[in-house]
Amino acid sequence: MAAISRDDVAHLAKLARIEMNDSELDHLAQEMDVILGAVARVQEVASADVPPTSHPIPVNNVVREDVVRPSLTPQEALSGAPAQSEDRFKVPQILGEE
Amino acid sequence: MTTIRSSASEMAAALASGETTSVELTEAHYAQIAKVDEQVHAFLYLDKEGALAQAADVDAKRKSGAELSPLAGIPLALKDVLAQKGIPTTCGSKMLEGWRPPYDSTVVSKLKAAGIVILGKTNMDEFAMGSSTENSAYGVTHNPWDLTRIPGGSGGGSSAALAAFEAPLAIGTDTGGSIRQPAAVTGTVGVKPTYGGVSRYGLIAFSSSLDQAGPCARTVLDAALLHEVIAGHDERDSTSIDAPVPHVVKAAKKLDVKGMKIGVVKELQGEGFQSGVLSKFHEGLDALVAAGAELVEVSCPTFDYALAAYYLIAPSECSSNLARFDSMRYGIRIGDDGNRSAEEVMKLTRHEGFGPEVKRRIILGTYALSSGYYDAYYGSAQKVRTLLMRDFNAAFAQADVLVSPTAPTTAFKIGANDNDPLAMYLNDIATIPVNMAGIGGMSLPCGLAEEDGLPVGFQIMSPAMRDDLMYQVGGTLEAALLSKWGGPLLDKAPVLAGN
Repeated sequence: MAAISRDDVAHLAKLARIEMNDSELDHLAQEMDVILGAVARVQEVASADVPPTSHPIPVNNVVREDVVRPSLTPQEALSGAPAQSEDRFKVPQILGEE
Repeated sequence: MTTIRSSASEMAAALASGETTSVELTEAHYAQIAKVDEQVHAFLYLDKEGALAQAADVDAKRKSGAELSPLAGIPLALKDVLAQKGIPTTCGSKMLEGWRPPYDSTVVSKLKAAGIVILGKTNMDEFAMGSSTENSAYGVTHNPWDLTRIPGGSGGGSSAALAAFEAPLAIGTDTGGSIRQPAAVTGTVGVKPTYGGVSRYGLIAFSSSLDQAGPCARTVLDAALLHEVIAGHDERDSTSIDAPVPHVVKAAKKLDVKGMKIGVVKELQGEGFQSGVLSKFHEGLDALVAAGAELVEVSCPTFDYALAAYYLIAPSECSSNLARFDSMRYGIRIGDDGNRSAEEVMKLTRHEGFGPEVKRRIILGTYALSSGYYDAYYGSAQKVRTLLMRDFNAAFAQADVLVSPTAPTTAFKIGANDNDPLAMYLNDIATIPVNMAGIGGMSLPCGLAEEDGLPVGFQIMSPAMRDDLMYQVGGTLEAALLSKWGGPLLDKAPVLAGN
């Protein structure tokens, strides 16, 4: 099994949107190496003829009539927001400088 | 005379007879919490005002002759993973510090409707990831049997609250053993119902195909009574099973296993299991045989791969589920200085808000799901899941229920596995297969290990939607052991001195 490098972990942290400093990356790269070495053994029994299972019970779409029901008020929905403005979630800039 | 050491059923009888009131009972439990929780640290938040109001309401209804549910007026400790309207819900994480949900989870709605008194929220490993409650952002919970040891995890707050007589009932959630392993190491009872048996609406998701809420108590019958309160179909959870709830209370009262076949899982009792755990497990088997059950040895060869598969599937689902903690709609936000972009703020927030174990699992899951590795890791783990279900199907063709020790060891010392995530993961080796297959699992105490005098858990597994079978076997085993011991196992626990 190929070792996982510090750069690999940095890339994963970027994908997962988690800031990590150098020592965190070093530490995690070592741990990931050990953990991946242990979990890779699933490949020993996962032969091509075995179908995958994603869920313990059959999962189907559940639909209902499209009718309006009581739900959270805007005030309630915004009650945990770090910042809000005019009944909306206020977020930092997404597109950068205009 | 009813005391805080009584079972919930005994408390319910005392309420019905007028011997005590729910307000008195609730106050007695808050007094015990005030006395011992500084040492145990089972609770993260106490809702004294709300609890006493609910208790007074139940007392008033009882006085007026209204029909009440069997557990009306009984206090309960709620794991902090379930949303309760207006009450701080942290999931053991800094990420949700100060968050008060604007709605009730279905479990909480059902508890409230049944007149159950929610004392407060209990400590847990952050986002339910752990086996010791050491991963909480809000401090460690201590095992009432020995305060230097862990109470299990992730639901260590709920199990410790029961063992310290701070509550007679609790709610836990079980993704890989988080109800059953804490029950095992604290000498209490914990049940993971069949997947889909209890609604996940308002349960903060860790691994959606594995998570299941369930009852925790000090007796099998109490667990059954609570099970029937929280179980049932819910249109707000698309994975909720639309079928009648198994009759678990009736089953817990049967006290008869004559002719039942008990499958002893060969793969869950060898290497890595502490000798005192195995000897107490075998005493439990002997008690079942004496009660008329027949033992069958069953083999589940894929169980050796269950842990590896779990530590791919659960982190994969967690990396996706925990993406919702983006600092935009709820939870903390770090570094929003007006100049940083949303993505930068998100990264800083997730760096500060998540602890080391959560980050480890998100990164592991992100890896297992990334292109180029998906088939080798996540895909292979899903195939192992199929093989595990085949193993269970074959075993249940030979036996009514399956049994094993719940955890390979008794409670270990706080800090013992700090630098070794893999050693920590081994705690769940016997509980994980149940979650992978979505079946039911129970842990109940079967004695104290000779070498350390600490509780050992006996696990009973039942086929999907046959939760009644594990209650039937568990109730019978409990009755046999109680008569052998001359009283509850918790009577042997040291009495906490308190303040």
